[in-house]
Amino acid sequence: MSAVTVEEADAIHPAQARMSPPSRFADKAFYWLTLSMAFAVVLLVILIGWQLGQGSWQAIQKFGFHFVATSTWDPVAEQYGALPFIYGTAISSLIALLIAVPLSIATAAYLTELAPLWIRQPIVSLIEMLAAIPSVILGLWGIFVMIPWLRDYPFPFLQRILGWTPFFSGPIYGPCMLAGGIIVAIMVLPIITSVSREILRSVPDLQREAAYALGATRWEVTRIAVLSYARKGLFGAVILGLGRALGETMAVTMVIGNTPQIAASLFKPGYTLASVIANEFTEATTDMYLQALIEIGLVLFGVTILITLLAQLLLKTITAGAAPDRVQ
Amino acid sequence: MMKFRRRIFLGLAIALGLSASASAQMTINGAGATFPYPIYSKWFDEYAKVDPSARFNYQSIGSGGGQKQILAQTVDFGASDGPMSDENLAKAPGKLLHIPTVAGADVVAYNLPGNPALKFDADTIAGIFLGNIKKWNDPKITALNAGVSLPDKDIVVVHRSDGSGTTYIWTDYLSKISPEWKSKVGTNTSVNWPTGIGGKGNEGVAGQIKQTPGALGYVELIYAIQNKMPYADIKNSAGSFVKPTLESITAAMATAQIPDDFRFSITNAPGENAYPIAGATWLLVYQQQKDATKGKKLVEFLKWAQKEGEKMAKDLDYAPLPEDLQQRVLKRIDEIKM
Repeated sequence: MSAVTVEEADAIHPAQARMSPPSRFADKAFYWLTLSMAFAVVLLVILIGWQLGQGSWQAIQKFGFHFVATSTWDPVAEQYGALPFIYGTAISSLIALLIAVPLSIATAAYLTELAPLWIRQPIVSLIEMLAAIPSVILGLWGIFVMIPWLRDYPFPFLQRILGWTPFFSGPIYGPCMLAGGIIVAIMVLPIITSVSREILRSVPDLQREAAYALGATRWEVTRIAVLSYARKGLFGAVILGLGRALGETMAVTMVIGNTPQIAASLFKPGYTLASVIANEFTEATTDMYLQALIEIGLVLFGVTILITLLAQLLLKTITAGAAPDRVQ
Repeated sequence: MMKFRRRIFLGLAIALGLSASASAQMTINGAGATFPYPIYSKWFDEYAKVDPSARFNYQSIGSGGGQKQILAQTVDFGASDGPMSDENLAKAPGKLLHIPTVAGADVVAYNLPGNPALKFDADTIAGIFLGNIKKWNDPKITALNAGVSLPDKDIVVVHRSDGSGTTYIWTDYLSKISPEWKSKVGTNTSVNWPTGIGGKGNEGVAGQIKQTPGALGYVELIYAIQNKMPYADIKNSAGSFVKPTLESITAAMATAQIPDDFRFSITNAPGENAYPIAGATWLLVYQQQKDATKGKKLVEFLKWAQKEGEKMAKDLDYAPLPEDLQQRVLKRIDEIKM
């Protein structure tokens, strides 16, 4: 019976009939492989959180909510409050983004829309080289070159103009929150620029041509057809930069002044979560001290997740309905 | 071709032979303090010529890590810039011995126009670090430095931001000489500083002092010497102003009270020539060694370090132990059992 069927099939489509039925194995394997990889990342995040929680359990029990709500960090008296570190991490990252985002996006727009072809590659290579500078080198450069210069020229200038606001008041010593923000800005600049550039390059030319056809000027084309079109992707680039800024350690430690305080003035020294771990972990001899430092790691982990979630929420509201989903 | 092949064979044989002899070697693992790392590596290097069969592997991960690892018995010896606390010693599965090796000092470094030679006493140092003395021309400072014109400028206090033995010595000194410091701040590898900005590592503090006019901070003597920074003479408890030198550190060890468990502090030591802000560094070993052959090698090395190693200290800007303390330490090493 079956032989007849095959013969019949042969007669009609000889080539097809000789093939075995298509195997679904590759499809299935591919599905499960990618699925397991994706879940491995989730699992990793959960494991990190669990490990941090376990390592700091006694501190969590002892200090409870006070840990994130109080400001005294005193290893001698075993009083641990992480608020100044949370504040320092948030403010230094905010300063970094305020400086780096306009710079990066403008650079990316210039490189994709305006720059003559021969100049693009050299600039791109230079920006990528910036990303390759080790953090500690940048920090030492910060101490010996950037801070003396900032202290002598831009900082007094800022104080003359904006000294009446609380943000730029008080004596200028050099190492301070603003210097920390600036060094982080330098570090996140390459990543935001490179990603933004790729995103702007992926904007279809049809967009630009359509805008030109409507009589738009070059600025209008860039603004309406390119930047606005790609804003979802650009936002993603900023989030990547933010992630880097929150966790940046060595360079910030060297220029921020390492003083756990919450001060309005950006000329006052500050401290970040990552810095205090780097500074104090190696010489922490008591159990509670070590636990408190691991809890700082847990807080940093939490802050990063929280800020990323907030950013996602913000992204939904600013891009609601308007932006196409294609450019990611 | 034949020759070439023979050469390869020879090479292989040598390589095999070497790896065989390497596996016959014994590796003794240690971890801990960063401050003595340069002299320890010099010792391990030199000791390899004395006993080629013992190989040392030392990780300078910090005193905290050193104490933790010797308590967990993951290393054969630990190293620490501060003596272990009673609380931590109680966690040890056996009796832990403190073996002092060398000493160093903290110096008061500063940045003033022309970098004049300055003198400080306990009161002014405590005042500056508590934030009570804020200006360079404060009467307390000018009284000690007659003839030096000091500016009407803020003192920018710089301290270590990372936990370190240097800070331990510094805060130990301040706690001894200032009741206010003792009650408000205390002694530790890092503390809740009443004032000042934090620099990471000796290089961070030194960099900030060098770059900030009017700055004052503390760095290790070795670091100040090697970077040619100006540093102050300090008035000791006997009332004389002492320049920080390797001799005045050893003098502090010679006059300080040293208990039999060697968990001593030599800050504010009595004695005419003793520099008051100094501290020793220790190796931590168990009195009862688990591995007899390893223990024997370790004891031999410790003895060699006290007898021969101490002579190399000065070349690397570390202060050696005084003679009679060396004898006491050697006796203690003899008590290590296999």
